[in-house]
Parts: sequence; structure tokens; C-alpha cells
Amino acid sequence: MEITSHWRIKKQRYALVGEVCPHCSAKIFPPRDICPECGDEAKDHYQFSGRGEVYSYTTLYNAPAGYEEQAPYTVAMVQLEEGPLVTAQLTDIDVKEPEVGMPVEMVTRKLGSEGDRGILIYGYKFRPVLETA
Amino acid sequence: MMANKNQKTNNDVFIIGVGMTPVGEHWDRSLRALALEAMTAAREETGAMRPEAIYVANMLAPALSRQSHLGALLADFSGMRGIEAVAIEAAGASGGMALRQAYLALASGMVNTALVVGVEKITERVTAEVEAALITSSDADYESIHGLTQTALAAMLMRRYEFEFNIPEYAFAGFSITAHANGAKNPNAMFRRPIKVETYQRAAILSDPINMFDAAPVADGAAAIFLARGDILPSNLPFPPVRIDASAAAVSTVAVHDRPNPLSFAAAEKAVKVVLDRAKINLDQIDFFEVHDRYSIFAALSLEAAGFAALGEGWKLAESGAIALNGQIPICTFGGSKARGDTGGATGVYQAAEAALQLQGRAGEIQVADARIGLIQSLGGIGSTAATHVLSAVETL
Repeated sequence: MEITSHWRIKKQRYALVGEVCPHCSAKIFPPRDICPECGDEAKDHYQFSGRGEVYSYTTLYNAPAGYEEQAPYTVAMVQLEEGPLVTAQLTDIDVKEPEVGMPVEMVTRKLGSEGDRGILIYGYKFRPVLETA
Repeated sequence: MMANKNQKTNNDVFIIGVGMTPVGEHWDRSLRALALEAMTAAREETGAMRPEAIYVANMLAPALSRQSHLGALLADFSGMRGIEAVAIEAAGASGGMALRQAYLALASGMVNTALVVGVEKITERVTAEVEAALITSSDADYESIHGLTQTALAAMLMRRYEFEFNIPEYAFAGFSITAHANGAKNPNAMFRRPIKVETYQRAAILSDPINMFDAAPVADGAAAIFLARGDILPSNLPFPPVRIDASAAAVSTVAVHDRPNPLSFAAAEKAVKVVLDRAKINLDQIDFFEVHDRYSIFAALSLEAAGFAALGEGWKLAESGAIALNGQIPICTFGGSKARGDTGGATGVYQAAEAALQLQGRAGEIQVADARIGLIQSLGGIGSTAATHVLSAVETL
């Protein structure tokens, strides 16, 4: 993947910016311009809260090329409180074992680096919602 | 189209030759050498007929072998320069989709004969590079970038399935045990030993809850089938032709998280429903079902999508023995992806070749008794693409 492709989706990676359908109010992430619910055009930006719960998760030991140094790591599908499912890594789970239904929140972390020039790619991960003191 | 099920019509499309290489780690064989072996074997069963067109099924050659343009490459290498040839890519469903493209060409009358060849050369690269290539069939921007693998995506489905449906521990063991029992008797299978339930229970975890016996090995292999229209069938064929009664394909989303219900294989459901309508048959008439069991959870979800089991109950068919060779709906009769080995884009062509052998009564020790109608389904990605065919034995011509 090249720099431009990461640059194009920086709003999604850094801030979970998706879309809301002006016709049926469906919240959409990732953005896709055509509402999956009603099929009409949906290009209005929508900022997701970043809060949700774990729909499912697993830990990888055999990572694809480019991710070997991170292994083992845990990935999840997170159901955002606005509805959509999003796929991402879980982080800060050394303090709390993941489980289905666990409340999580979005944080920005390094996803990896790319190429000989070592370009760093940042984006969303999710961590357990910490108990407030 | 089918006035009498046992009569041929000119527009019917038949399989008149099959060829397969063993599946495994063919360090000494190239992509083109593997393909040629299968193509030659399929053509030999037709008396070395020359097809009008070649449809190549492949998924990973551009990534793993730095080779695209397989249509021209294989037509030339097999001594058939000048004919029409093209490669079809639909991830793991490339085989089923290549068969469908050939079927459409023949059924239309624009092409009279075609060779469908599926080939995959996996072992050119180390595991991490193979994983990186395999995950290109998922969503690059929103899945793969997070370090996902196909196994991790399947594992998340399996965990959610276990969470939503109250199922016993080791509920999926029967899929692996059945596949290996059948694969043990398939000379082309990568793994030729049956396994016990204890073996499954002791297996190392790949990506929890998926263990080594829930996941199919991905390996090298090639399979080919020779297709001909009813009006040009040779009269002196050594084996009875197998008719393609119907063909259908459907897609769902590439990304699993984009589905309203990730535990529903919507593309598979649609493709089965349509293909049964087109063949004018119902599920009860299916004698065996070649399921694309990349993972044991895929087998369960495919059986549910097809309608053989209710949602959350596909695993029961494995536990009860219903999927065994002598069961109510045998699946993966040659070992499936689990024991035969998954050959990426070639898998759908292996399924078609194996189904043809069943319908011709040539399956040896793994013959399904009185097999008349077979259903085969080729899946791409995490059930994103489904190509489904109904094949049947022909009594009289």
C-alpha cells in the first residue's frame, strides 16, 4: 500500500469519521457514499463517538508479513454504539482479558510501518473502558 | 430446458473429462507444470480433444509467483496457441466462478468446448507472505491494515457463533473427523490419515477458538475439467458424461463487519436457492454436497445457508454423522479442503472434478452409494462470493 492510500482515509483512521444517511438516518462506517440500508446517496459526514462493545475477538500468532514483530496480538470486531461493526486491534488488554460484550473505546495508536523508509501508519485501536475513580 | 432428466439436449453442458494432481507441497513443480498435468489428464479422457477456450482459475499467482496473464501462459505451455484463454479471479471462489464462466459460454452456444483449469502455487513463499497474500481478498483499508488474517476473521465468526448459540465444547470436531476419514481414501489428498476426536481436542490453537484441525492447509495443486455442449458430444467416451444441471453465483460484502449478520453466509444462501430453482429440484434430492470447508465454521455456516440446518445448528449434522459418506447429506466426500488440502482458486475445480467422479461411480472407496445429483459450492473470502452448481449423472444419451 502506498502513502496516498493512507492519506486519503486519514479522517477515518484518526477520528472515525463516517457518514449519516440524510434519507433514513442510518449511521455508516466505513463511509461508502451509498446507504447500505436504503440504497440512497449518503455523503454527509458523521463523527462516531468511538465507544462500543466487543462483538467478537481472537488472538493471532501467525501474523501476515509486516506484522510479525507485533505478534501475538488481539483483534476484534467492535459494535459501535451508533450501530456499525468495525474491525481493529484491541490494546491495553494486559489489565483486562477481553470478552464478548466488553465495553471498549477508541484510541489512536501506531498500526505499523511500511516500506524501506519506515513510514509510520497511525489509526484506531480499541481499549477496555477503564473504571472511573 | 430439461424435458426429461435422463435425456440430453443440444444446449446441455457436460463434463466429459477430469484431471487432478495430488495436493501438497510440490517444491519440484512449477505453476505451469502442475496446470499442464491436470489439463493433459482431463483431455486424455476425451481422446485428447482440443478445447475452443480455456478458463483458468487462480487467486494468488500475481502475489506469490509474480505471474499474471495465466490464460495465455497456460494455453501456450499446453501447446494450444491460438485459442481463446482467460484467467478468472474471485479469491477462493475463482474455481467455481471459472466453471460458471465456461458454463455460460457453452450454454449460450457461442463456445462448443472448454477446458477449465484451476491451479495454485502456494509454497513458493514463507507463511507470513502467504498470509499477507491470502488477506488481499479481504478489505485492505478496513480489515487487512489492522493485521488481520483469514484465520483470524474465521476465528471471530466461530467465537461469536459459540457465544450466540449454546453449543457443547468441541462441537465442530465432527467436520474435521469426517473430512479426514474421507481424505484418507483419496489418493490426491494432502493428508491421508483419519483422526480421532482426541486428536482434535489436543490440537494446538491457531487463532482462538480455531485449532489446527479447524483450519484447512493451503497448498499446491491443479485440477481440470473438460466441458462440451450436448450437440457435439463424442460417441465413444470412456466414462459417462456428467451434466451441469444449473449454475448460480452471488456476492455479499467483502468486509465481514459490513454484514447485517456476520453469522449468515448470505451469498451462499442466495446462490444455493437460485441454483436449486434453476435445476428444478429441492434439497431432499441432493445426494452429496461439496462444501468449501476452509474452516470448520465455514462448513457449519454453509450447511445452514443452504438450508440443511437451522441457524446455529449446522454443527449438529457433524456430531450426528449426517455428513458422513453413508449419512443423510454427505459433504467433502474426497476430504474437502481440510484433508484434500485447499488450493486457493483451484479448489472449486477440484470440487467439480470430485463430484464428477462420484456421479460416474468412479470414487472407489469413497463412493457415495447411488449418487445421482451433487451440489458443489465454491466460496471466496469469508463467504463473500459463492459459486454454486448442480451436477447430475446421465442415464442414457
